[in-house]
Amino acid sequence: MADAAVSLVQAGPQRIEDSPGASSTGRKDAIFHGLCFSAAMVLMATLAGLLISLAVGGWPAISHFGLQFFTSSEWNPSGTPDHPEFYGAAGPIVGTLITALVAMLFALPLAIGIAVFLVEFCPKSIEHWVAIAVELLAGIPSIVYGMWGLFVLAPWFEEHVMTPLRLVAMDHPGGFADHLMTGASSGSNIFTASIILAIMVLPFIATVFRELLLSVPTHVREASYGMGCTPFEVVANIMLPYIRKSAVGAAMLGLGRALGETMAVTFIIGNSHAFPKGVFDSGSTIASTIANEFAEATGDLHTSALIALGFVLFVITFSVLAAARLLLGQETQ
Amino acid sequence: MATTETLTAKNLAAGQLPGSAVDRYARRKLINYIFVGLTSIATAVAITALVMILYSLVAKGFSGLNLTVFTVDTPAGGEDLGSGGLRNAIVGSLMICAMGMLLAVSIGIMAGTWLAEYGDGNKLATIVRFLNDVLLSAPSILIGLFAYELFVVPFHGGSAIAGAIALAIVTTPVVTRTTEDILRLQSSQLREAGVALGAGKGLVIRSIIWRASRTGLVTGGLLGFARMSGETAPLLFTTAGNQFFSMNVTQPIASLPYTIANFALSADDNWRRLAWVASLLIAAAVLSANIIGRHLARGSQNK
Repeated sequence: MADAAVSLVQAGPQRIEDSPGASSTGRKDAIFHGLCFSAAMVLMATLAGLLISLAVGGWPAISHFGLQFFTSSEWNPSGTPDHPEFYGAAGPIVGTLITALVAMLFALPLAIGIAVFLVEFCPKSIEHWVAIAVELLAGIPSIVYGMWGLFVLAPWFEEHVMTPLRLVAMDHPGGFADHLMTGASSGSNIFTASIILAIMVLPFIATVFRELLLSVPTHVREASYGMGCTPFEVVANIMLPYIRKSAVGAAMLGLGRALGETMAVTFIIGNSHAFPKGVFDSGSTIASTIANEFAEATGDLHTSALIALGFVLFVITFSVLAAARLLLGQETQ
Repeated sequence: MATTETLTAKNLAAGQLPGSAVDRYARRKLINYIFVGLTSIATAVAITALVMILYSLVAKGFSGLNLTVFTVDTPAGGEDLGSGGLRNAIVGSLMICAMGMLLAVSIGIMAGTWLAEYGDGNKLATIVRFLNDVLLSAPSILIGLFAYELFVVPFHGGSAIAGAIALAIVTTPVVTRTTEDILRLQSSQLREAGVALGAGKGLVIRSIIWRASRTGLVTGGLLGFARMSGETAPLLFTTAGNQFFSMNVTQPIASLPYTIANFALSADDNWRRLAWVASLLIAAAVLSANIIGRHLARGSQNK
């Protein structure tokens, strides 16, 4: 038996060379390997192509306006002889950062809460349903969030939050409400856009957090419970510190998504290019500016300025996402 | 520290608790209750948001739904409420998604196979995996810009094909990722058994590993479809939109997401009604693909 196996192994390579059928299998294998390899290379080429096309397309605008492209908030596509067209992207860039950060401010504590609830406190009978609900929230397309924000959230916010605040601000000029309402426009503003963004990134962060919490070794958890810790003490002193590094990665993954989100924000942010004066002011993000203006761009310089904005967004999201992946490691999605 | 604890334990045994220990225990318990309460509230907030969004969708979508939605094309502005439909957009969306899926699935499965089967210990594979993960969450509007530069500018106009390619770029990373994860689940014994029979590596992958991972691969495709069919941003500049019925892949084409983006921001009540109906249709397609996909994934894991 053993002898037979040895002789088969020894005969192996020889037989492949000998028989015509086997060599055609070898060729097929090589072709298959080549196909798989080229598919992977197509992916790499796509990302490289994306970067190059944005850099090339945006270069005319950046070289024309220089540093002012990043520092000025004047966005004037309709040029006249005395007032030539001008593109300064500070407004959208700041709008992108503010909406994403405010969204994270809401989403992060909620996501941690949901993940902890699912891992530690959730009764087994409803755990499955809560998990499905979170998945559904992640599955709803961006444009549907936009519809909801535009037709449900923004009017509600205007009527029930901004109108009362406006009244208070009128009674107490210079007070807190007055400051809050500086530059306030309608229910479609930076704040409501951030709320929508928070709901959108919430399920992604919560899912990753849940996986991270589940990755804490059982004996570590049980040891702390064995010492008489309450569930709060176990989570706050043992589990969260244990996943610290990956947790930062999970948060950045959410941030990366929030930075690049397009349709929902475009629907609700109000789309003004000026530097936002307050959180209730209308604004714009890089993605919403591109979505709004690209199809109707008036001239080459306008198109180029929008692509340059895209390049800026690419650099920002790429760095955030790359950092997130490095922190998370390769195991978790 | 140690003395306090022994003291407490002794007192506990004697049935008498010093006041400070009772206080401390009560405080720890209270903090814990508050914590449990806060995490439950966080979960409740998320579920409330989901219910509210689904409620608006169903309430506003169903009230505008009728048979003509499927049989008549998108109306011009200013027509009576209830007239016109979404036929051209539905057919357009199906066409773009079918072409996009064909591309995304073939490239995604091959690339995922390469990463899982040929990529071990390979530096290039680590880079590809990393870039794929980044591409997975890259802003889709940028992919729209890229497809515009690549496939719209040279041909002087948007087309269904350009839209399909843009969607394929969005979806391929999803398929690649799931394919790699699924293939890695297969045991090495299965591979070794195939090789022991004299089959080459490629043959083992094609006729054993792929076949064993069939359900998982379908799941990957469904999740990709769920991601693709709701994407709007990549279609804005690539398909150019079309008010009329068209099945020509080289011409501008209508699609559901594009129609929503156009109609929702108008002041026309009939257009807004159709935007809600289109949102309902898309959400229904995406969510059912998601649920079926997850269900299949769970079923195959249990076996």
